[in-house]
Amino acid sequence: MTVTEYERAPEIVAEGYDSATAAGLKALWETEPGIKGWFSTVDHKEIGIRYIVTAFAFLVAGGIEALIFRLQLAGPELHLLGPEQYNQLFTMHGVTMILWYAFPVLTGFSVFLQPLLLGTRDMAFPRLNAFTYWVFLFSGIFLYVGFALGSVPNAGWFNYTPLASRPFNSGFGIDFYALANILLGISTTLGSINFVVTILRERAPGMSINRLPIMSWGTLTISVGLIFSMPSVSLAFFFLWMDRRIGTHFFDGSGETQPLLWQHLFWIWGHPWVYAIVLPAISMISQILPVSCRRPLVGYTALALATVMTMVLGFGVWVHHMFATGLSSMALAFFGAVSILIVIPSAVSFFGWIATIWTGRPVLNTSFLFCAGFIIVFVIGGVSGFMTGSVPVDWQLTDTYFVVGHIHYVLIGWNLFAVMAGIYHWFPKMTGRLLDERIGRWNFWLMFIGFNVGFFPMHISGLLGMPRRVYTYPEGMGWDTLNLITTVGSYVFAIGFLLLIVNVVVSRRRGAIAGPNPWDADSLEWSTPSPPPPYNFVVIPAVASRSPLWEERLQAPENRSSIGEGMVLDHGKEIAATSAIDAQPEVILKMPEDSILPLLTALALTGVFAGGLGPMWWLVAASAVIALALTCVWLWPRDRLAQTARPHP
Amino acid sequence: MSELVLENRRLPTGSIGKLANGYWGMICFILTEAALFIYLQFAYYYHAVQPHQGPWPPEGIPSMRMALPNTILLLASSFVVWWGEHGTKHGRRSHQLLGLGIGFLMGAVFLGVQGLEWQNKTFGLTSGAYASLFFTVTGFHMAHVVVGLFLLLAVTVWSFLGYFGPARSAYVSIAAIYWHFVDAVWITVFFTLYLTPRLGLLWAAP
Ligand code: HEM
Repeated sequence: MTVTEYERAPEIVAEGYDSATAAGLKALWETEPGIKGWFSTVDHKEIGIRYIVTAFAFLVAGGIEALIFRLQLAGPELHLLGPEQYNQLFTMHGVTMILWYAFPVLTGFSVFLQPLLLGTRDMAFPRLNAFTYWVFLFSGIFLYVGFALGSVPNAGWFNYTPLASRPFNSGFGIDFYALANILLGISTTLGSINFVVTILRERAPGMSINRLPIMSWGTLTISVGLIFSMPSVSLAFFFLWMDRRIGTHFFDGSGETQPLLWQHLFWIWGHPWVYAIVLPAISMISQILPVSCRRPLVGYTALALATVMTMVLGFGVWVHHMFATGLSSMALAFFGAVSILIVIPSAVSFFGWIATIWTGRPVLNTSFLFCAGFIIVFVIGGVSGFMTGSVPVDWQLTDTYFVVGHIHYVLIGWNLFAVMAGIYHWFPKMTGRLLDERIGRWNFWLMFIGFNVGFFPMHISGLLGMPRRVYTYPEGMGWDTLNLITTVGSYVFAIGFLLLIVNVVVSRRRGAIAGPNPWDADSLEWSTPSPPPPYNFVVIPAVASRSPLWEERLQAPENRSSIGEGMVLDHGKEIAATSAIDAQPEVILKMPEDSILPLLTALALTGVFAGGLGPMWWLVAASAVIALALTCVWLWPRDRLAQTARPHP
Repeated sequence: MSELVLENRRLPTGSIGKLANGYWGMICFILTEAALFIYLQFAYYYHAVQPHQGPWPPEGIPSMRMALPNTILLLASSFVVWWGEHGTKHGRRSHQLLGLGIGFLMGAVFLGVQGLEWQNKTFGLTSGAYASLFFTVTGFHMAHVVVGLFLLLAVTVWSFLGYFGPARSAYVSIAAIYWHFVDAVWITVFFTLYLTPRLGLLWAAP
């Protein structure tokens, strides 16, 4: 038995990706081929791509739901769907999009990119990373199993009580939603913890906090935000489930229960959540735009602080979703003011981008087009948000199509457009091949035009008084043409999106070979081959500026990062952990190998929640015991990871 | 800058004390758990300050006959666990085993007394809003005690197997801070459920 190694001085060498050292690292880090390897991999690049693909599958599902009900709304008095079916579809659409697409897709980008951006080899907790992916996947499947069985939530995505309480909503639809949501919440929370520890502890030596890539600021900020806000909604859904299945009285409307408490708990999470699904996307734009504009980002510090500020203020605005519930005017004034204040940090980002474009030399590729489209839509969505943030205006607009217009400008504009830019930008890193630019143009223009044609008129129909969540409307209200335009626009938009899928399928096989750095970009991920090898970096880079790959142009020679020379760390799977502020090396961490345990534990956990449906206590108990046993095996201290003090020194 | 960084210093390897990722992960986990208890108690206060038909709590002020000694027991267990952790770091095996083991037992007794307290209640989980809140808030806390007990049991057993000592003891520290959290958060629960009604803070008469 080898004696555990407790300390050593890491060797510093200069090695390339075709050296013997690299081959040795590959053998250490590589996932074994075949089905077992597929289920047990903990490689963050693989998991990140899975997150993105899965989230896109949910996007397609939610999109199809929307396209179906848009047909219904194309003209007055259509009866393709009955009222109950309509309720189910728009609820599933909202839920799928906002919970199972919009955030997980960003998580996917972060899981793939963060370790590469930071110059390390994996996430802080690689097995936890796999676990959170599986739990996310199973929670979505759980929700859609309910859908397939005809148990469909139908009370809107925010699911207000007492409408969602059992006396008014029998069947299991709401229970599927509640339990799936708690399960997803577990995944999100654990994922956030993983990001926080990764970003604070695993940056390449020298990457002090003021050199953190701007995209990592987005991920770090929202991860901290979610650590504090997720429990609120999980608790709300847990109370709701208890009300419905155990017979407790929190918000069911009987006696002294408080249905409005649901809204508080929901929106205390809900508004930070809205930022969680836009801030990482915004910071993705801030990461991509400078590359397209051939210059460093203007106002890095201001933009990083604006990101943090938005999240902080984001905790103080939840009541603006409840302006119409009859709260005191004091509360309305306070929350209205904060809601308007929050425009300031968004404006800071906006001016930073404009200045970056203005003073740069933009390359008009598809990724840049999506960035530019994003910025335009960002302004429209921001202005309509500012409008609804003001109390008297909101009283007019709430529950009309104006709000539907606003949320889509924010969600599609601020999230999906950024994601599209991200796909065009990082696809070469993920696959080694470039996406086709010609299809890309069509992709952008169809989506951009379709989006504006489809969603802008919603603002007008809202101002004309059309309520949201109605399954049809009578003739002669002046809404007919607007709705027809909306439906046509939606379909154009959907066709535009389809082109992305076509492009991905075609380019994966036949796209031009990308090489390590096709965009001549500045951040560390572009110093690795495309796709990066399993261990990411042969030597751990040492970083001396915010744009390590542009230093020849920007930095005096004595002040340069060291990319090709650094610590090798090859006594097993190893990474360097550095101090949280200055990123000085502190410890060599031993990383766990691939394992099937995350998958099994995620299955057992899903079993616990499936048992909650009846509730079937035997299933809950059995799954919990299995989950516990698996966790115990998972966490068993190991000599090889230098977790134990054996043999005694 | 880069010279400094590439300096060939000796570094510890593996999960060591507060440098271990697990320690940082646990701190983050505790933050999210703390938030959970804030929301739980927010729900309680939210109900408490609304207008009621009768007094709040409707079932009368909960008795401290068992809860107060139990609170003291739980707090004391934190010190015992701390002592065990200290023993681990300094290579005193008997301290280590006794501290963690006794800490575990004290936690188990706390749980048992909580169970009795539940049994003695004249109302049940589904009797009304207050009853639901009382059982859910204390139930959530008990669930956390159970998790803490599992952690303590695990590190006690692993200590028996000789896994932890001065060279590596991160697991023990991680279990210990979780246990301290479970104890600290009980103080807030105790304050909310048992003390605020006595202080006359939440008596919203009709
Ligand atoms: C093809 C694209 C899309 C179309 C045609 C579409 C259409 C619609 C329409 C018409 C509604 C209002 C339903 C009603 O109130 O009766 C709606 C609601 C909603 N949509 Fe979309 N949408 C699309 C994509 C998205 C995306 C990408 C997201 C999020 C990332 C999203 C999030 C939502 C949400 C959260 C609601 C509110 C659901 C509720 O009222 O509970 N949608 N959508």
